Amino acid sequence: MSKILKVSKLDGKLSMAHFIVAFVSVGLAGLFGLIQTLVRSELITLPSFINYYQLLTAHGVLMALIFTTFFIFGFLHAGMSRTTGELTRGNRRLAWIGFWLMTIGTVLAALMIVVGEATVLYTFYAPLQASPLFYIGLALLIVGTYFSGMSTIFQYNKWRKDHPGETSPLFAYMAVATVVLWFVATVGVVITVLFQFIPWSFGWVETINVSLSRTLFWYFGHPLVYFWLLPAYMVWYIMLPKILGTKIFSDSMARLAFILFILLSFPVGFHHQLLEPGINEGWKFIQVILTFAVIVPSLMTAFALFATFEMRGRALGSKGIFGWFKKLPWKDVRFVAPFIGMLAFIPGGAGGIINASNQMNQVIHNTIWVTGHFHLTVGTTVALTFIGVSYLIVPHIRGRVLTKRANSLGIYQSVLWAVGMLIMSGAMHFSGLLGNPRRTQVTSYGGHEVASGWGAYEVAMAVGGTILLISIILYIGLIIYLAFFAPKGVEEFPIGELAEQNLKLPAIMENWKVWIGIAIGLILFAYSIPIIDMIQNAPPGSPGFKFW
Amino acid sequence: MHIHKLEKVWLIIGTVTLIAFLTTIGLQAFTEEHKAPPSENEIIDPEKVLETAPFDDPGLKQVGENEYELVIVLQSYSFTPNKIEIPQGAEVKIIVTTADVVHGFEIAGTNVNMMVTPGYINTMTYTFDKPGSYLILCNEYCGIGHHLMSAELEVI
Repeated sequence: MSKILKVSKLDGKLSMAHFIVAFVSVGLAGLFGLIQTLVRSELITLPSFINYYQLLTAHGVLMALIFTTFFIFGFLHAGMSRTTGELTRGNRRLAWIGFWLMTIGTVLAALMIVVGEATVLYTFYAPLQASPLFYIGLALLIVGTYFSGMSTIFQYNKWRKDHPGETSPLFAYMAVATVVLWFVATVGVVITVLFQFIPWSFGWVETINVSLSRTLFWYFGHPLVYFWLLPAYMVWYIMLPKILGTKIFSDSMARLAFILFILLSFPVGFHHQLLEPGINEGWKFIQVILTFAVIVPSLMTAFALFATFEMRGRALGSKGIFGWFKKLPWKDVRFVAPFIGMLAFIPGGAGGIINASNQMNQVIHNTIWVTGHFHLTVGTTVALTFIGVSYLIVPHIRGRVLTKRANSLGIYQSVLWAVGMLIMSGAMHFSGLLGNPRRTQVTSYGGHEVASGWGAYEVAMAVGGTILLISIILYIGLIIYLAFFAPKGVEEFPIGELAEQNLKLPAIMENWKVWIGIAIGLILFAYSIPIIDMIQNAPPGSPGFKFW
Repeated sequence: MHIHKLEKVWLIIGTVTLIAFLTTIGLQAFTEEHKAPPSENEIIDPEKVLETAPFDDPGLKQVGENEYELVIVLQSYSFTPNKIEIPQGAEVKIIVTTADVVHGFEIAGTNVNMMVTPGYINTMTYTFDKPGSYLILCNEYCGIGHHLMSAELEVI
């Protein structure tokens, strides 16, 4: 058992700084989200100085890029400090440099959105052309994460050097896997931003290869979702067993699942480009197959977690096939919030399989079904897991406790979130099947009869959005309470211990060079020929357009 | 590495199901006509779309007994042409490109859905069996008038 039980004071400060940016982002983005649903359902119209698509850009950037990235690095730094010991002075400095670069990048990008120089949505598809400062802001954000990620990797290396022959803490292992995934994934977006968008937006080159930029973006865009998901899986694998009062089901299978994510999450980006010209249908299908392969580690995760729950329930004396379900800690927000998130991943994952199913993608591509899909996966599964963790990690860092009352309010907040999302995401899914497009200010289309059937769903989205904003306000209130006003004390940072049946980890599992090597091999296999083709047989490039 | 017996069963069932799904969509995509996702490879100069055939003369053209070609140019925020009439039961090859940014070509309520990226021509073939008024819309953000970009297709 580890002797270090607390995140050190200095590391706590570091984490907290990340969380503050994350919480501010979620509050603002939540408000924007509600306004969007109200505009789409034509319940309100925006004043002339705000544009719908500007709000939509801000919502996407703040939720998908800022909230997630800051929360994740805050969480990783805290967990590394808790499981491998206080960060070394050098590693903490790297993490702080990372934090400031990320923050400066965020402020720069946000400023460009506010002044109307970057109404390009968070996917910033060329040839819509934002101000160069927007792309520089995004680049700084990513460069910042490289410092933060190096801090995690160096800290892990130091632990291994200090503990020769021992298996690394599961948290540190998974943190490194997450960082490795992020490093390999961001190569695509860094190349396109540095070598395509920035020179083009400054006017150093006149045109841009649009298909190449989209391909590089989605090479990054899909592993990005695993970058969000892996820290949630860390909470489920490592923290939930401890919260339940049991042990980790299988250490080696958990590590294997993470390795599989590193191998398989990259060569799959074409499933976002299935309906695009310029990519051969055979290569699309190869990436569809690889996309299906990356479902396997999620099946492993589902098994391990439900096995943990059932074993715990039975140890507590449950009877019958499903009796264990009643024995779970339904009054503990640290369990309930992530658990709801986990449940949302069942329809979320199934929807993802539909989206990636080659020609089946035609039914839902760019309809609001897709928006409904990722509000289930990242907006519920990942978000509720992070919310559940923040209820214990914030008081832990701040030397306070999660009181009974805050715990019950937290459960109330999580349930509100789930209900709001069920209504909003449900309406998005159903009307998406009818053709209702995503990313669209109003969908009346001059009263066309096909579009008239979508109105009721738009109103349902506004109802769901309202409930969600109430949930967010309650959440932020609770976080402020836990950070500044809750009674002083020690809140546990739960880290599960291994069950005895766990054997020693095969050494190859910690040989990162092997896994990164195979991952690069798969990337080269899935992308080389299509990308060479895209460059060699490229059409004349596109000049920039500023249609806002 | 130890794997629980039930976990093996679970993973085998899951993997077999995934393979069954893949086989089904793969067979349909590669053995039936017009079922694979639109993946046209033909290129065009995105700055000369309006001078390049067939986009210099967009619209519906009969090419066979019950076969048509429908050429459409997408631009922020319009489809050219934006009112189209098609005889019921006609098999129509829809040929599209963009003169500016990325657009999405969707006929709401059908499986006609394709990305229209600058520099490329994209196509899909669809048979209009049901009469009525269809809504064509742009489903990719293309600027602040994006929600105004639509056209009407009448099957008579």
